[in-house]
Amino acid sequence: MSDQSRNRILERMREGLQATPHPGSDFSVLAEKQWPPEARVKMLRQRLESVNGQVHLCSREGWVAELQNLLSGKAVSNLLYAPGTEHGSELERSWPGDDAGLPSLLSTMEEDVDFRERVFDVDASLTGTIGGIAETGTLILWPTPREPRLMSLAPPVHVALLDAVNIHNTFWEAINQRQWADGMPTNALLISGPSKTADIEQHLSYGVHGPKELIVLIRE
Amino acid sequence: MTKADFRAGAARAVGDVQLRSNFRRAMDGLMEKRAAQFADGEELERLRTLGESIRSRSLARLPELLVQLENNCRENGIQVHWAETAEDGNRIVLDILKRRNAKTLVKGKSMVSEEMELNHFLEAQGIETLESDLGEYIIQLAQEMPSHIVMPVIHRNTAQIAELMERKIAGVSYTENPDELCRIARKVLREKFYKADAGISGVNFAVAETGTLCLVENEGNGRMSTTAPKTHIAVMGIEKVVEHLQDVPPLLSLLTRSATGQPITTYFNMISSPRRPGEQDGPQEVHLVLLDNGRSRILADPELRPTLRCIRCGACMNHCPVYTRVGGHAYQAVIPGPIGEILTPQLRGLDVRGDMPFGSTLCNACVEVCPVRIPIVDILLRLRAEANSPEQGGSVKGAGAKREGKEAMAWKGWQAMHASGAVYNGLSRLLAKTGNMMPGSVGPLKAWTATRTKPRFAARTLHQMTRKRGIPDE
Ligand code: SF4
Repeated sequence: MSDQSRNRILERMREGLQATPHPGSDFSVLAEKQWPPEARVKMLRQRLESVNGQVHLCSREGWVAELQNLLSGKAVSNLLYAPGTEHGSELERSWPGDDAGLPSLLSTMEEDVDFRERVFDVDASLTGTIGGIAETGTLILWPTPREPRLMSLAPPVHVALLDAVNIHNTFWEAINQRQWADGMPTNALLISGPSKTADIEQHLSYGVHGPKELIVLIRE
Repeated sequence: MTKADFRAGAARAVGDVQLRSNFRRAMDGLMEKRAAQFADGEELERLRTLGESIRSRSLARLPELLVQLENNCRENGIQVHWAETAEDGNRIVLDILKRRNAKTLVKGKSMVSEEMELNHFLEAQGIETLESDLGEYIIQLAQEMPSHIVMPVIHRNTAQIAELMERKIAGVSYTENPDELCRIARKVLREKFYKADAGISGVNFAVAETGTLCLVENEGNGRMSTTAPKTHIAVMGIEKVVEHLQDVPPLLSLLTRSATGQPITTYFNMISSPRRPGEQDGPQEVHLVLLDNGRSRILADPELRPTLRCIRCGACMNHCPVYTRVGGHAYQAVIPGPIGEILTPQLRGLDVRGDMPFGSTLCNACVEVCPVRIPIVDILLRLRAEANSPEQGGSVKGAGAKREGKEAMAWKGWQAMHASGAVYNGLSRLLAKTGNMMPGSVGPLKAWTATRTKPRFAARTLHQMTRKRGIPDE
């Protein structure tokens, strides 16, 4: 049935479209959006904060200490992370034992543990990002087998690491510079703040389905 | 069920004070937020030109792009299905679910599935479908239609939602705290996401070049529905395809800024394949259902084709002086407001919804804000003409359905009167004498005077007056 439908639909369209010209597109309005690197960091931060994201600047080495600082005051008893990634290894190396009052680390790769069960159960997660977008205050994530898709969605607190050098001016620039069209991952994500809704009389509520808190550590 | 009729729906809605204040507040807010996003008028116009060119190009190349999309999706492991009608689409979805033995479904927001009345169809087959967008969840509880394409429950205020949730969800007590209401919904829906056998979503843009399905949302329920269950079924109208990945950013920017005044939504979710080896989550099967349901017919007519450029931002309704006063339910259609007035009659036929193109003042506000510059007013006029055209005179389904013999005759008379100077002079003199004696409330004038005041005829015609003043008659 589907095959015949397909051919009939396509036939109708081809007949109806005979010799319709294809207009070209001028992307200069996007290409012109260029800011210096420091301005990009500032814009991204400002935009994310305006939608209730929490942004902290730190040094290339200092991010684990910053994270410990941030989490020690929170009711977060565990943190899901991806061992085997660069940031996962750095985290393991400098995370103190259980009696330090910090959340315990839970791995995404533990044998005999169903990831799906785990990710719906943890208090917080840490993921990397492949970059950011200044114009819109956005994180770009390409989830991997070690850092799966639900990690940035199911836990109530999501911590994301972003390297300042990877902040693009626009989404359009990121797609073109990094040649996304040559090979897309299973899932590519843009995240611009914690989950939210305004469906109840325009009142903004956070964490309706995804994280209530999005914490971004920008490594400069 | 009685025949859907905008005029009756609008009359009812105008009398509902609560409804009108709910809409007024919401629409004022949305208009302000959009305006703040487009403070730079030049940027807006350049973006609109770009957006229009992308959507026009996509439509001009639609058959090739759909085949390209199909090939790339298949290569990525996404199964593609074609549906000519809503019934075909529903069948296809049902077959997939049956094969997977799926009994419970979570749904992300999808206007196409509303168009197909998919929930209704599946429930009759014993399959539980749960809307997971908060607004859609609430209207599902209330068994209502969405009243806005972006904010489906905008017609209800907090107290009305609180009362509904208390009544419909076991163990919930009345609260007007919106955060608390969200928390209640989160709890109910979390459980469902975790357990559901399949997830259904719409598609905002499908990229032919890479075989990628893009979804725009703020809540995360769309991501949940497309990631947590084992099977994901995406349904989309065939017009949603774009050629290149780089065509997406400008459309996304126009969409979110026009719709809710956000520079971007919280989540932009790009799906290109089912779970790949080694991956620990994501559906094992992804299906894409391509729905025609009248769209290829719209495409064939160059004057009507721009209807399909729509990216469903809702700006035309937010700025419409009619919609903002009567709300979405008055239209009794899945898609209300200006875009609904042109789309619905074309999809369903002028014989079914020929009333809709008349629910407009033709003020052009919709055309001024539409991010892809759809000439809504021109299309409204075309549809009005087709609705009244002699049988088989038009290309839209159900053309001529509103044609009335008496009205056609009146216009024929009008034409004859204006074609001859002698007849015109004679008749206008006669009307100057007797016109005011014609009763407005009965006979042929009744329908016209129902919403208008009958004009008074002057005692002398313009010709008589000018001649009296000595202006020569040419
Ligand atoms: S017709 Fe234009 S303004 Fe209305 S929903 Fe579609 S794109 Fe938006």
